Parts: sequence; C-alpha cells; structure tokens
Amino acid sequence: MAAHVLGLDLGSSWSKAVLLDPDGRVVGRALRRTGIRFEDAARDLRDEVLSAAGVDRVGCTVATGYGRRNVPFADARRTEISCHAKGAYHFFPREMDVVDIGGQDNKIIHVRRDGTVANFLMNRKCAAGTGAFVEEIAHRLDIPLERIEALAEGATREITLSSFCTVFSATEVIKLIREGEEPENLCRGIFNSVIARVVEMGPLGEFIVMSGGVVAAFPIVAKIMAERTGAAVEVPPDPQFLGAFGAALVAREELGADP
Amino acid sequence: MPEIKPFRAQKRMKELMAGHFRGVDAAAKDPDRKVAWCTSVGPAELLHSFGFEVYYPENHGAMLGATRSAEKYIPLANALGYSPDICSYLTSDIGAFLAGETPLQRAYGLEGVPRPDVLVYNTNQCRDVKDWFSFYGRRFGVPVIGVNSPTGISEVTQAHVDAMVAQFKALIPTLEEVSGRRFDPDRFREVMRLSAETSDLWKECLWQASHRPAPLTFFDACILMGPAVVLRGTPEAVAFYKELLAELKERVDGGVAAVEGERHRVYWEGMPVWGKLRDLALFFQELRTAVVVSTYCNSWVFDAFDPAEPFESMARAYLELFIVRSDDAKERIMARLIEEFQVDGVVYHDAKTCPHNSNTRYGLPQRLKERTGVPFIVIYGDLNDLRCFSEEQAKTNIEAFVEQLGPGRAAAGG
Repeated sequence: MAAHVLGLDLGSSWSKAVLLDPDGRVVGRALRRTGIRFEDAARDLRDEVLSAAGVDRVGCTVATGYGRRNVPFADARRTEISCHAKGAYHFFPREMDVVDIGGQDNKIIHVRRDGTVANFLMNRKCAAGTGAFVEEIAHRLDIPLERIEALAEGATREITLSSFCTVFSATEVIKLIREGEEPENLCRGIFNSVIARVVEMGPLGEFIVMSGGVVAAFPIVAKIMAERTGAAVEVPPDPQFLGAFGAALVAREELGADP
Repeated sequence: MPEIKPFRAQKRMKELMAGHFRGVDAAAKDPDRKVAWCTSVGPAELLHSFGFEVYYPENHGAMLGATRSAEKYIPLANALGYSPDICSYLTSDIGAFLAGETPLQRAYGLEGVPRPDVLVYNTNQCRDVKDWFSFYGRRFGVPVIGVNSPTGISEVTQAHVDAMVAQFKALIPTLEEVSGRRFDPDRFREVMRLSAETSDLWKECLWQASHRPAPLTFFDACILMGPAVVLRGTPEAVAFYKELLAELKERVDGGVAAVEGERHRVYWEGMPVWGKLRDLALFFQELRTAVVVSTYCNSWVFDAFDPAEPFESMARAYLELFIVRSDDAKERIMARLIEEFQVDGVVYHDAKTCPHNSNTRYGLPQRLKERTGVPFIVIYGDLNDLRCFSEEQAKTNIEAFVEQLGPGRAAAGG
C-alpha cells in the first residue's frame, strides 16, 4: 500500500481535514467554517490539503462528524465517536475516557485497554457547556473570545453558572454583572461551567484525554478538568483535529495498513 | 437501498381499522347505540360486554404523531393551560379537538372524532389519562369514570387485585345507566375469552422475532398492533392475528429477514417516536440492525386473562403490565426478554413528555447493563412532540452504538 489517505471531520461549527502519507505521518491539515454546504466544505478542504502537500490523489477518504453523510466522494464513513476514540488511542494506547467538547455537543467515550469503545455518552439536546455556550456567553460579556482565557487566569473567586440552558446561563451572567462581579471571575466561570456540564454527564475514570475545538482554543479547560476530577488529563497534539485524524486512521485500515 | 418488507396481512388490517372507526362513528350518530372512550389498557373488555363501541384517544394521539400533525395542535392545548411538559398525546389530541380536525377525516371519511357517551380511564399508565378524559367529560357533559391503579408494583399481590376488582365492579352502575343494559356476566366472560385469544396470538406473533433472522421488527409491530389495541375482545381481531401469525411463520420457515443481512439485534425500550417511525425503521435497516423486541408492543400482551375469573384476571393482567411495575420488576422482565430474543444492545428512548414510560431516569439502564453485560444507549426524543427530538443527534448516537457493537453476526459468520 503506497497511498495517502484523507480524514474529514465535518463538524457542526468547523470542518477539519487530515492527510496522512503512506507511512501514516501527518503531512497536511486544514480547517474551515463548515457553513451551510457540507459538500462544498468537504471538497474545498480536500483540495486545500492536497494542493498544499503536493499530492494528486488519495487511496481512501473517510468522513466523520455531523456532515459525514454529505461527502459524496468519501469511501467510508464513521461516527465521530469511533474516530475520536481511534485518534486518542493512537496517542495514548491505554484504557481512558475521551472527553470531546465540540461546537454543539459534548461526548464522553470510554475506550477499553484494547482500543475498542466500551460505551459513550453525548450531552442531551441543549448546547450548555459546549463551544456554542462559550461563544454566546463571551458575546454577552462583550469580551473577544481570544481574551477570555487570559482574563480567566486572573480570577480570584470560583463561579459556576448553574443553568442547563445556554440562554438561561446568559441571564445568570447578567445577574452577576449587576451584582458587580469581576470580569475575570465571570470568564473563569464560563470554563468552570463547561467542565461542570461534562462531569455531570457520567462517570469519568482516572485517565482522561480531551479533544475538540474548545480545549484547542482554551487549554485552561484541561487544567480545570484535572482539578475537578483528580484524574490525569492529557491533550493530544492538535486536539481539534483528533476526529479527522481518527478518520484518516480508519482510512488506513480500510486500505489494509496497520493503524 | 434499504426497504421495509410489507406484510400481506396489512391489507386486511386496513379494512379492519376502517371498519372499526366507521363502526364507532355510526354508533355515535345512532341514538340507540352508545360510545365509550377508553384508555388503551383500560377495562375495554367490560365496556364491550355492555355493547359499547369503544374508541381509544391514545390511538388517535398516535395517529396525530404518525401523521406529523401533532406539532400544529400541541400549541393550541398549551395556550389553554396544558403544559408542553405533559403527555404530548394529550396535548396533540386536545389541540386537534380545539382545531376541529382529525386524521380520521382524511383516512376514513369521518366528520370528526365520534362523540362519547361515557369516558372510562385506568391510571395504571399515568395520571395524564384521567386529566385528558376529564377535559372531554367537561366539554361533552358526559360521565368520566375509571379506576385508580396502584403503580410501582414489585409483585402483584391479592390485595392489589382485590382493590382493582372492587373498583371495576363499582363502574357497573354507571355503565348500566349509560348503556341502558344490565351487566351480563356471560357476555363479559365471552369478551374476555376473545380478548385473551387476541392477546395470546399477538404475543405469538411478536415472539416470532426471537428467530434469527427476525421476520418482523419493532417498527412493523407498531403498525401491526392496531387491532390488538382497538379491536381486542372481537372475533375480527382473533381472525386477523391468526392470518398474521401464519404469514410470520412462513417468513421464519423461508428464512425471510425483516432486516436484510441482520447483523445486530436490539431491544427498543420506551415509546415509539411516531413521527419518525418509518425513518428510523429505514435507518436501522441501513445499519443492518433488527429491533427485535420492545416493551411498548408487549403492552397489549395480557398473560393473566382468564375467562373463568373475568374480574380477577383482568385486574391481574392490568397490574402485571410493565408500565405499572417497580424498577426491580422491570429489570427482571427486561433481562428475561434480552435473553429470549438474543439481544446485543438496548436502545432506551427517553420521551420528554412521557416520564412514566421513560425508564432511563432512575439508573435502570446502568443496573441492567451490570446485570446482563448488554450495552445500552439512551436517545432523547418524544412520542409526538418532534420539537423534543434532535434527529441528527439521535442518529449519530444510534450509528455510533452499532459501530460499538462491532462487526456482528452476519459479517463474522458469513
């Protein structure tokens, strides 16, 4: 087998592509807003990543994420649960809980020692505690997303927004602002809430691997997760690309290569 | 492309259901005949013995869900003070009534739902049915009577049965007055005999899915159960299920699979998502996964029915039902079915507006997994209110669950 393979993760907010060379090395990555046309996002990502790597064709393409069914040129598709598990196991070949915090959903995936999925949980319908929640609350606070982590680092008091609902959380924030709460504490509160929503989804073990766009943009959530759970928390390289990377590993398997 | 294999018996079923609704409608227009509205696992047998034509609002609720018109009607009931958090059968049914519309108009040419002379409930399912019937009792100015059942039962005791028998018997004077007929114990025994026979045949039909590959799925059964719900206690229902059973046995003998290339077998716990029934059926087909058993379709299997002891056995049957039981009893029932139907996984549907039939909220799935080793998934949705159902999320959950189950039998065994 001497072919490149492509993994595409069409997420609710962002789409990601990872290109592996015939030896399984990452030779290309691309990221773009998913927008309203999954198929176009997938095609543009593929073209971008192939042209940047100077590769003409791939041996296999695997699609994952919400848009996985909208990639006509994909050879196979897998859910993001399987792909995140596969990607995480590549970096941490042991029993673990993968916690993926995405744009509109959170997942806990319990991976067995042999890399198979034992079970998984997804958040219920509401987006509280997801990337969309972080964006909404930052918007309410009128603080640019890129500044909230730095502000959170300076917090002097722990706050957790208790609402299950993003809209009600925003109301809670308004109340706190009215009471004169410091912006630093409010920013820390956003991240505390993200982790609180994940922890209440289900039991977590002693070893946690975090993935997704939220931990990529705000590494502080991994720190808070470790504080809250007492578990060892690891973040793989490029956590936002873990699903696409996992999809690319599936593509290698489809071609008969060792992952 | 996946396809749902139709049953020959469905033609007969359509005629039967049409006959049922037109029959109730005709009775509602005839001053000499009487119509009773009844909860789906209410004392229908007793009503038939008085000669009532029996109409089931829950069946109507399911039709509103299946025709995806519930969303249009639910807000009308909400505006009247019936919360979006309560039973969406109730809210869609009352909403449709307020709008003066019903799927029975298009399906069977009825002008509207047949007017009741009496409404008879059994709270073994939930309190909502009583509130639902009370609405109509006020609107139509007719009596609302029923039985208040114990719930959360671990073992059905004689004390439970006695309490129910006394309540059933207390219904008789009102039923005599409304129907203008004296209670006839022989007639009651005969209806019980027919109902028991329907129930036994329906059970045997459902149990054909314990064969591998399964000749029918939960989604087929949700359609085919119509006569078991609305026509039990009649000779027509008995004849229908005999015909269906023969067809199912033919499928089993011929190795005809409801899901081509059946790889996995799962249990559906909870209510159907009526508006997505066909869509989910096709989705499971695509995943080569057969939903072989459900709690829901078993709700019209009444093992205890015994014409020799009509009151006592009816009380026992309506108390033994899954929905009336405690979690420890439910776990026992499910564990047995998981084994009998050789199930690889359990899909729990947590229906937002149906807490009584959502068995995910007190740790049951986790305990049952511990007990049986069979994995589970919970999907969040609703019986009728599709605003509570995130289709993409549910499908991702189901697909990931099937991936988790691995290659499965057909792939591994060739």
